[in-house]
Amino acid sequence: MAQNENKDIVLDIKDLKVTFTTEEGVLSAVDRVTFSLERGKVLAIVGESACGKSVTAFSILRLIQKPGQIAGGKITLYPKNKSPIDITALTEKSDMLYQVRGGLISMIFQEPMTALSPVHTIGNQICEAILLHQNVTVKEAEKLAIEMIGKVGIPEPERRLQQYPHEFSGGMRQRVVIAMALVCQPEVLIADEPTTALDVTIQAQILDLIKSLQRDLGTSVIFITHDLGVVAQIADDVAVMYLGRLVEQATVREVLKDPLHPYTVGLLKSLPRNETKQARLPSIIGNVPSLTHLPAGCPFHPRCPDSIPGVCDVGDNPVMEMLPNGRLVSCCGARKFKGATTV
Amino acid sequence: MNDHGVEPLLKVKNFSKHFPIYSQGFGRQQIDVVKAVDNVSFNISPGETLGLVGESGSGKTTCARSILRALKPTNGEVIFRTNGKAIDLVKLTERQLKPLRTQMQMIFQDPFSSLNPRMTVGDIVGEPLYIHKLAKGKELIDRVDDMLVKVGMKPEHRQRYPHAFSGGQRQRIGIARALIMHPSLVVCDEAVSALDVSVQAQVINLLEDLQEELNLTYIFVAHDLSVVRHISDRVAVMHQGKIVEIEETETIFENPQHAYTRMLLSAIPHPDPDVKLVFTPLSDPTDT
Repeated sequence: MAQNENKDIVLDIKDLKVTFTTEEGVLSAVDRVTFSLERGKVLAIVGESACGKSVTAFSILRLIQKPGQIAGGKITLYPKNKSPIDITALTEKSDMLYQVRGGLISMIFQEPMTALSPVHTIGNQICEAILLHQNVTVKEAEKLAIEMIGKVGIPEPERRLQQYPHEFSGGMRQRVVIAMALVCQPEVLIADEPTTALDVTIQAQILDLIKSLQRDLGTSVIFITHDLGVVAQIADDVAVMYLGRLVEQATVREVLKDPLHPYTVGLLKSLPRNETKQARLPSIIGNVPSLTHLPAGCPFHPRCPDSIPGVCDVGDNPVMEMLPNGRLVSCCGARKFKGATTV
Repeated sequence: MNDHGVEPLLKVKNFSKHFPIYSQGFGRQQIDVVKAVDNVSFNISPGETLGLVGESGSGKTTCARSILRALKPTNGEVIFRTNGKAIDLVKLTERQLKPLRTQMQMIFQDPFSSLNPRMTVGDIVGEPLYIHKLAKGKELIDRVDDMLVKVGMKPEHRQRYPHAFSGGQRQRIGIARALIMHPSLVVCDEAVSALDVSVQAQVINLLEDLQEELNLTYIFVAHDLSVVRHISDRVAVMHQGKIVEIEETETIFENPQHAYTRMLLSAIPHPDPDVKLVFTPLSDPTDT
């Protein structure tokens, strides 16, 4: 991809490979994943459970724990007015890594109750993040915290600061987590299924909030979700993952209106559309195979309606290729019929 | 609601389930009551699917569970029609209820916690028959095999344990267990919410096929409105323990009358970047 020349990239991931050592052997939870995040944009990573989307996010913050490890690839952060940081090369416990975590890149987790400490007040937890990353006094930190809590739409910030997480509802807790993540004005925000545990009405409000804060603060966002409706509302670009591989990457309009990879096509078709009582929902046949028993060739071919015998079920799994029209897809069919060139 | 001239299978009238709240410490006194389900009435015809939607805490699960007497209702009537007789489920004792349990079954949300990990699939699916002494020995095994095939699994899966199966397959096992006694009423409590989209579509199709084949009546509890729209004939919207609107599916989605229904519908994100989400919460914020 000739990307870095004219686009303003804030985070670049190249050939990322994450493996987990288990009793059944070494599994690649993420395999040769390559993508980059443009400054000020929202990139959604979409996929079903166990497709490696969270593992990808965790490796950006170097949060992969044993028995998992980053087995290859390079993650580079390009902060504004600073020299690029090679995150994969940082040693554990280095000062730079601590600066990156929570300072330059921060994360919103799925379950707001487990992401907050039940024995510390909200104010305490937000101020902790500020004091760790900014050179301010406790008084100033408190002021910043109150300001941020107001910004995420929690009424009476001064009073709420003294309260504990259990005194907040699910939606309000998620607002607190968002405040905590954004208070240090990170370059990149990683949101890992931030609305999955919430009701649709609360989800709509939280999406609104993330969108407007992202616009105001100019943060770049990696938004992980399995909900294509949410993707349509929030994302600029979409990367679709299946079994630890990136299968398609394009703008949100291209992916949702004109998907290329058969998996994306199937995923979109199997959504119950808001038309009442179709005869049957078109579904993708079979189940997601286990990472321990990956099929040869393209990992999607046993479930693929367009699978070509002798092409899709042999050899290594296909790599991301660029079609003549500039779209990125990893599919043998695309290579054969559309004259793709390897990236 | 009886416009087809068919007697309803289930008639729920002024039905409530209240949970008392006690003061803490000695001499526990009842200080308040939570009206989880408050004065709810509706009918379901045989073969119909009623969708029950609402936010978390709106009482939809409590309502479904109290109807099956998994929770004891506070008051009201639940007239259940079976073998030409109409029986009020609320008034029955546990002993009188047991034979009726074969008629009403439940499919649960989480396929990972609703199956006993120490029982084989055959035992799990056959257990209802065993408990109600409806079959044993070879006949029981045959009926289990039959049911497994019906839900799209293989008879040889009978010997295996739940951990050997994926989420979608486990949900099929849960469905087999619920349907093996040929119930007439099935409550699906968020039966597809825990599944991935591609598998969810398979299970929805399976539920619809089985409904046609076995003439089942579903109460489909869910928070995913597009799934409910797909599967339901009629939809009831619950809010704070009350049914605020109950209508034909098409009517409720095309022309919602109640302000709460309108708000709920406006919050669904469409998988289309050209349809923008315009959401305004109701003026009374219950979210604190």
